[in-house]
Amino acid sequence: MNSADLQHLAEEEQQRQQQLNLRLFLCYSTPCLSAGADLVKVALDELIAGLDEKQRPDLDIVATGCMGPCSRGPLLRVVERNGSEKIFEKVTPESVREIIGSFLADRAPSVEPLPADFAFFSRQTLIALENNGWVDPEQIVHSIARGAYNSLAHVLHEMTSEQVCSEITRSGLRGRGGGGYPAGVKWELVRKAQAERKFVVANGDEGDPGAYMDRTIMESDPHRVLEGMAIAGYAVGAEQGYIYVRGEYPLAAARLAKAIKDAERHGLLGSRVLDSSFNFRVDLRVGAGAFVCGEETALMTSIMGRRGQPVPRPPYPAQSGLWGLPTLINNVETFASVAPIMRHGAEWFAGFGTEKSKGTKVFALCGEVVNSGLIEVQMGTSLRDIVFEIGGGLPDGGTFKAAQTGGPSGGCIPAQHLDTPVDYESLQALGSIMGSGGLIVMNETSCMPDVAKFFMDFCMDESCGKCVPCRVGTVEMYELLQRITNGSAMDEDLQTLEELCHVVQETSLCGLGMTAPNPVLNTLQYFRDEYLAHIRDNQCPAGVCRLDQIPLLKLPEHAEQLAIFKEEP
Amino acid sequence: MTKTPPNPPVTNEKSPHELKLQLLDKTLKKSQYQQDALIEVLHTAQETFGHLDEDILDYVSIQLKLPPSWVYGVATFYNFFSLEPQGDHVCVVCMGTACYVKGAGDIVARIEQEFDMKAGTTTTDNRLTLISARCLGNCSLAPMLTLDGSVLGKQTPDSTVAAVKEKISSSSVVGEETS
Repeated sequence: MNSADLQHLAEEEQQRQQQLNLRLFLCYSTPCLSAGADLVKVALDELIAGLDEKQRPDLDIVATGCMGPCSRGPLLRVVERNGSEKIFEKVTPESVREIIGSFLADRAPSVEPLPADFAFFSRQTLIALENNGWVDPEQIVHSIARGAYNSLAHVLHEMTSEQVCSEITRSGLRGRGGGGYPAGVKWELVRKAQAERKFVVANGDEGDPGAYMDRTIMESDPHRVLEGMAIAGYAVGAEQGYIYVRGEYPLAAARLAKAIKDAERHGLLGSRVLDSSFNFRVDLRVGAGAFVCGEETALMTSIMGRRGQPVPRPPYPAQSGLWGLPTLINNVETFASVAPIMRHGAEWFAGFGTEKSKGTKVFALCGEVVNSGLIEVQMGTSLRDIVFEIGGGLPDGGTFKAAQTGGPSGGCIPAQHLDTPVDYESLQALGSIMGSGGLIVMNETSCMPDVAKFFMDFCMDESCGKCVPCRVGTVEMYELLQRITNGSAMDEDLQTLEELCHVVQETSLCGLGMTAPNPVLNTLQYFRDEYLAHIRDNQCPAGVCRLDQIPLLKLPEHAEQLAIFKEEP
Repeated sequence: MTKTPPNPPVTNEKSPHELKLQLLDKTLKKSQYQQDALIEVLHTAQETFGHLDEDILDYVSIQLKLPPSWVYGVATFYNFFSLEPQGDHVCVVCMGTACYVKGAGDIVARIEQEFDMKAGTTTTDNRLTLISARCLGNCSLAPMLTLDGSVLGKQTPDSTVAAVKEKISSSSVVGEETS
């Protein structure tokens, strides 16, 4: 296939779609499926099978990836020939019959669609997610009709690798996995590295609890990721790519495997991509459940089939990565932003966002919020807008207490900072991080020391055990938090905890250990009185902790009672 | 009841075991016996055998010409590989942040109490394995869990126990209903 064929295929499919009277897009991603989208699909299929010959060919059902407002699923988008579009929430087999019947009979449906100015949609800026909810991820022609691989064709035939790298640099795109390292700088480093072979790796090991952006991108629009990787391969001179998918995401892995096969069959990946002299193979690697593998060096050892333990940097992967060769490693979402940048130009992308953080960011908005789901907003959107406009506020009249960002490496942003613009620098200034994009809203029933303990438990469990500060430090910090939340802590413990946090932060080998104390330090900064209430007043303001034990040193004369502090067998 | 204790690949069932080994061989061949493919091979082994016992690990180490300690080290590093056989039904409760905030801890505690077990283990009658997972990526369904692979969203302790009980009773042909 060459560029002209690609163009032709796209136009053919676009024409076919334009001739349809009615296009039905049914969200077929995991949340909607578990809400009953599969039953709706069966009902739809039956309905269409029952139609007469004349009407049937004018209809088209597309089982798409995620549309966004997952808590309102199953979602159905109906697009008419004149382009008008309606989205229905919480559809059931019964309501779908009514909806389709009304469209066929050309009357208003008795089921109300979501309002056209629904803030959840109108406040978003879709770049990485632009195809989600519009294409069937298992049908390559759907993606091609929406312009997939067009940027790759353009890059291969009209740009040099230097130009591609400089375009990425000028766009201001930064790593979306959490660190926020400028992507262009990384690309340039790998491009300049001298080696026989180089690699491109897409990091889809999204381990942060409460984050599912990468999963949704891989499941809903796999070709977007593959195209981004191929462009990166061309830019840095790599012929082999790996996409590392978390083991917990079998559907994403299956869809990517199919997408890779389809793209190879169409000559969009493999040897002589789009009739150019560029070869690019992509292999899929499935993780096996280790959080630390999201760290880039650990991920690479895992790709090589070993224990996923990190190695000290430098040397950075750009000099010595997979099998000691230069490797470009970026997050899935970063790769998903590449094709639009190449299509519209660096200036267009840089027009979004703030001074230092350009473009958009995908967040998984969940927890105590009315509209939970996946959103993509411009960098610099205030937290208040995200939670109260897009998210629709807290359910059941709850009051906002904090928003947790960055998973176990991040922190909780309290209500007084709701107007902070969400970008890399501002979040860091608040002691949290952007992270991969999980955003969990908490109400007054969440106890902050308990949340910190939850994350420390996570880090303790997921520490790979290679370096001492992380392996031992997380256990000790967890024990101290355990004491605070069960009532047996004293003022000294809080001091020890803080000291330990700084030690672990400064001496750990990789990001997991370095950031593990963040949730503690951050909650101590904003919710210190809650910690003190636990320790001094023996009270949990949120009513979560049981606080049923007493400090050890307070009962020296009751030595026999010390038994209660021993762990249960 | 006379259920054979957990070591499935044994003598009298030679043919299914051999069939499974064939599947494993296929993966080995596909990866051209490359040592780097260890994780994929273990994935296949885990899928076909349900767990990785010593025999299988030894087999893999011989085939890939890796020291047994290396294979064992990888198998124990990753949470997905279990060296113990799992129960008839597997309940994985998500303990990601969103689920935790919405009360997943209570669900785990309730199941533990109801079936007299601890998370990460299997009941003595080998019927249920309870696992608490680190975020399954379905945060909008919080608290969520998977029961034998199917996703159940927005659960409560009661609804979970009911679902698990139903699952167990629907499959028990003998029909003895005591927990």
